[in-house]
Amino acid sequence: MATIHLEVVTPSGPVVNEDVDIVSAPGYGGDFGVLANHSLFLSTIKIGGLVYKQAGTEKHLMVSGGFCEVSNNKITFLVESAESGFDIDAERALRAKERAEKRLAEAKTQQEKINITRAEAALQRALARLKVAEKSPR
Amino acid sequence: MPSLKDVKTQITGVKKTSQITKAMNMVSAAKLRGAQQKMEDFRPYAGKFNEALGSISSNMKSNEFPLMQARDVNTIEIIIVTSDRGLCGSFNANIIKMAEKLMNKYEAEGKKVSFVCIGKKSIRYFKKTGKVRKAYADIMGTFQMFNAREIAQDVAANFIAGEADEVQLVFGSFVSVARQVPTTIPFLPVQPIAAAEEAAGQSAGQQGAYTYEPSPEEIMNVLLPLYMNVMVYNSMLEVGASEQAARMTAMDNATNACNDIVANLTMIYNKARQAAITGDLMDIVGGAEALKG
Repeated sequence: MATIHLEVVTPSGPVVNEDVDIVSAPGYGGDFGVLANHSLFLSTIKIGGLVYKQAGTEKHLMVSGGFCEVSNNKITFLVESAESGFDIDAERALRAKERAEKRLAEAKTQQEKINITRAEAALQRALARLKVAEKSPR
Repeated sequence: MPSLKDVKTQITGVKKTSQITKAMNMVSAAKLRGAQQKMEDFRPYAGKFNEALGSISSNMKSNEFPLMQARDVNTIEIIIVTSDRGLCGSFNANIIKMAEKLMNKYEAEGKKVSFVCIGKKSIRYFKKTGKVRKAYADIMGTFQMFNAREIAQDVAANFIAGEADEVQLVFGSFVSVARQVPTTIPFLPVQPIAAAEEAAGQSAGQQGAYTYEPSPEEIMNVLLPLYMNVMVYNSMLEVGASEQAARMTAMDNATNACNDIVANLTMIYNKARQAAITGDLMDIVGGAEALKG
């Protein structure tokens, strides 16, 4: 099967750099899949799960905001952070989720409302982590 | 002639100082390795980023985006990045000097200058001018991306609000362990980068145009602030590494100077000791001669 080269780069270094069969990622307009020899493409990336298949095995990554570029049979993700499903501490993510939910529910004063965006982002990250962790068998 | 005891105390003192400088040298060497590693980790991200930005911005008119709009320049903001701590030779002084020169130049042209200071050293220096708009202390040690984002967002908002018509970034660029050069780069309005344009030229020659999702304009609105983050973060990393390298050199020089002083003092000490012995001998010989009669 024809493969496409996948690169995931974060400010703290490259995370993935290998040839894969298919990549699926959370784009601006929803999840999109990329196979070998895809046409030129550029999209922003939301917080969520990135899945790629390599020789029949699926691997999951949690990515946070950034963008991705497809050109020359190569797909490059530039994201703020990326964590492999195996590295995610599910319990910690669960705690973070509860914390964020609590904060959102309790925010009433003006001062607290400013922090809503931050809490929402934290919640999204926690949810994405949990989802990715669930899919990665230990 | 100083007394034997005085010289001895001085020697011990200098030796103790050299122990400290030697320890600081080794600490900086270890920290430098960490900082350099972070810089190297970040480089692929920054490189890829510029490529992508170049390929998009080549298809667009720069006037459409507030962050790329060039205006008549009346007010200028200078972002200056220095270290939080001293004892690193002339490293911080050089950056500050460069920023001050820039300030004097602009003010001579009748423009208003304001500062955004990152790192305690620049904050302390420019505080007395009363032109510091924002100061960020104690964030150099950790190199967190969100710190860079906060600064970039603040500067961008200030630029868009029309408070500053142009923003310059002054920092100590890391060339090698032995060389750190104060550098000024134009920060806002964002100008298409030369390297990025080159990359854009290559991709334009390829198979047709990109599919953008969402529209190129909206992508640019995401990319431009990100680009600013990348620039600020990069300058922080460079200053972090430069600081450690500069301190390493400075402390190495200090240790050498200490060793020289100890050698000199030991010479003086030995001479004084010899003189004392000679004096004592003369007394004894003189006494014996006198007894012989």
